[in-house]
Formats: sequence, C-alpha cells, structure tokens
Amino acid sequence: MKVHIPTPLRSYTNASVVEANGATLAELFADLERRYPGIRFRVINEQDEIREHLKVFVNQEIAENLTAPLHPGDDVRIIAAISGG
Amino acid sequence: MPKPRSKTKSRAPAKPSDGAAIAILVGTRKGAFIIHGDKTRRIWKDPVGMHIGSIVHHMVMDPRDGRTILMTAHTGHLGPTIFQSTDLGKTWKEASKPPAFPKAPEGQTGRSVHHNFWLTPGHASEPRVWYVGTSPAGLFRSEDDGMTWEGVSGFNNHPKYNPLPREDETPPDGQTLHSIMIDPRDPKHMYVGLSSGASGVLETKDQGKDWAPINKGITGLDAYGIPPDAETGPEPHCMRIHPVNPDRLYQQSHMGAYRMDRAEGVWKRIGENLPKEHGISDYSFPIALHPRDPDTVWLFPLDGGFPLGRITPDGMPATYITRDGGKTWKRQDKGLPKGNGWFSLKRQAMTTDSRDPVGVYFGTTGGEVWASRDEGESWTRLAMSLPEIYSVEVAEFAR
Repeated sequence: MKVHIPTPLRSYTNASVVEANGATLAELFADLERRYPGIRFRVINEQDEIREHLKVFVNQEIAENLTAPLHPGDDVRIIAAISGG
Repeated sequence: MPKPRSKTKSRAPAKPSDGAAIAILVGTRKGAFIIHGDKTRRIWKDPVGMHIGSIVHHMVMDPRDGRTILMTAHTGHLGPTIFQSTDLGKTWKEASKPPAFPKAPEGQTGRSVHHNFWLTPGHASEPRVWYVGTSPAGLFRSEDDGMTWEGVSGFNNHPKYNPLPREDETPPDGQTLHSIMIDPRDPKHMYVGLSSGASGVLETKDQGKDWAPINKGITGLDAYGIPPDAETGPEPHCMRIHPVNPDRLYQQSHMGAYRMDRAEGVWKRIGENLPKEHGISDYSFPIALHPRDPDTVWLFPLDGGFPLGRITPDGMPATYITRDGGKTWKRQDKGLPKGNGWFSLKRQAMTTDSRDPVGVYFGTTGGEVWASRDEGESWTRLAMSLPEIYSVEVAEFAR
C-alpha cells in the first residue's frame, strides 16, 4: 500500500510516497524500518506510541495506536503537525 | 542505512584539508556549526552549518582518536537520535540503535527519551566507548563509536536516585542527566550530575552498577524547603573533575559555585569569594577548568537579584578567573561588550583547549561565539547571529 511521507522524514525515504505492507500499523512500520532504517524510531517511541507531534491517518481516519488494522489498497499518511518555532 | 564501520578502516586522526589546527563545535537550537581556526588561533573561518533545523544539544570530538564526532539531534516532531561523523562533519551516519528506554510491561507507564543531552567519550583504556545522558534522566553507553546504545541499568533502574518525576518537578528544559565525568585513573569510577526531583552529583565506583550521592556542603537548600542534610536536591548545573588531579571537583550549581577535594568530601562554596561588583552573583550554568592547573577555573557569573534573570548583569558580560582554587577571582572583560550585552550561557557552552596559554571559548544564548587565546585576558568574537547556542566544544588536530 502507499504511505505518504511528510517532509521531515524524506531524508530517510528520498520520496514523498513509498510502498510498504502490513496487516496492522505495527507491521507496516516494521516493513518501513526494513526498507528505510531509522525511520520508525523517529515516528514511534520506545513505548510503541506515535510521537506527540505526528499523526498517522488510515483512509483519512486517525489511527490512535499501532494495533490499527490495515488492508491492501489502504491509504496511509504520516502527518507532521503544523507547529513549532 | 548506516553501515557498521569496518574495523580495518583507518582510524588516523583527522587532518582538515584547509589546514585548520583547531575547530569549535557549536550545538544550537537550530543546527550545528563548526568553526575552523589556524594554529595561531588568530584566524578563524566562517561557521559551517549542518543539520540545520535539528535541535543539537551537544557535539563532541573523541580526543582518543582525533576524528570521531558524535552529535545529538532531534526536532520538534521527530524522535531523538545520534549522528556520527569521521570526516569533520562533511558526512554523517545515524545510530542504528539510538538510546531508548526498555518498553514497559503491558499496563505500566514507561519512559521514552525526549532528547539526548550530554555526550562524553569513554575512558582512554576503552576506545570506541561513549556515554550519553538523556532527558528524562537516563544514562546510556555505546561500545561502537555511537552506532548502537544500551542503557546503564544500574542508573536507569535505580530505585532511589531515578524515580519517575512529577512534571512540575522538572527543570525548564526537562529532567536531565549531565556532567558525565570519568576518572582518568579508573574507568569504573564515574560521576554524573542529575537535574530532577532527586537532583545532585552522584558517584559510581563500579561503572554504573550502583550510585551514591556526594552533595554534602551545598548551602541555601532551606530556601527551597530541602533539609540541609538531604542526600539529594541541590541541582548541579555543570560538574567537572580535573584531568590532572581527579580528586579535585568543581561544580556550578543553582546554589552557587563550589569546589570539592575528595579527601575532605564536602563541597566548599568558592563563588562567595567573587568580588562584590557589577551586580554579579555565583549563579550561572557552565564552569570551565584549566587543562593542567587544578587551581585555575573560569566562571561566567550571571545576575543574583530576585527574580533571577539568569542573564548578564547590567548587560556587561565577563568571565572571572581564579588561579588559587577559588579563594580570589579576577574579572576578565577586555573585548566583551561594555553594555547592552544581554545574554546567558548554557551549561555546555563554555570550554577550554589544551594549548599554552590556554584558549577559552563560550557561546551565548544570543548566537555569538567568543574566544580568548590568552586565558581570558582578552576576548574576540568569532561568530554572531547563530541560533541560540546550547554547547561549545573544542576539537584539536595534530599537524
């Protein structure tokens, strides 16, 4: 499935949209880590929580945690908050 | 993917192509900068920026190999990591396993590293070993030049000195482990500074398996409701051990500037001996030591009024030097602003080199880097308009 990558993470992927697979978000991020080492920890902390200023949307629905189920063809977007200074 | 460095790769000390003999490594709120200087320390190049946009608390060159630089980095959005360079910042490799606390058992609350704060190369007998202190307070060790990190469980799981803090107990930038100091005579003998609910200077004699506080003698605790005989609580800002006499410790604390000779085991407030002039106090953040003379120390005093501005009093910055272990102090402000120099220094933002006479360097919260090549007698501004400076370290190159 397609995963949309925000600008702060494109140093890992060199692309704004990448392909990755998994039956849950946890599996998807494991696959992303295999393809783009280092990317998972920048998004998911060691307690398996999505970091505070990032959100993950599946088919435009916000995913609260890594147990969210995924299906082939789902649209996954990692969104960086418009915040900071 | 960061590839493990080949063990057969040359580890010869770095030699900058521009002929630089020294470099100032500057960590800032918006990236890192390196400033190269010549052997006279009179000619300095413009700062070269890297990782612009990342929050860089610390950038340190390994004095043991003269080439490996580690940098802590995170952003407002992305998690914390550590980068390594062996070509003076031209290219960087990210740690394949950055510092991280263990995942908590189901149903329990675990800690996660917010940022890596203080880097310390390991003992001379342990090449490629590094330590990093984090926020919230944790201690991590790498044995491969910063590529992979493991928690020092004796500290990270200590039941007494590292309790989970209440949010309202943390310092403004968060609970922090800093001032990782290793006894040059013994890699198992280390100190750390802890800024948190159970703050203070802690010591281990078994390389981190167990820890004990050494905070006797710190004054003024009653003003904060802390019993004078409390084992912890005095909030060190920066603690250093002297490389030639490791039984001589100095710290710049929230409670003033102190010296301890281990045989005595009590901190003595040397900041009280500062001259009563220019509105200064012994409240500050950094403290810098002479690399050879255990009696020579530099402070950067801030205002001492109420409320604490934590800023240069009257906008007149100066270092103060003692050459007798803190009994007497002398103001050093030649070349520094005589007014409207309003800034502060973070705890990692003042340091010294190993030359003779010693070079002293500091970076300001206003983004200026200042240098003295005559032990603070006169100052020259090397850079201005950088982002808020968090740390200043020196890298010296064999030529």
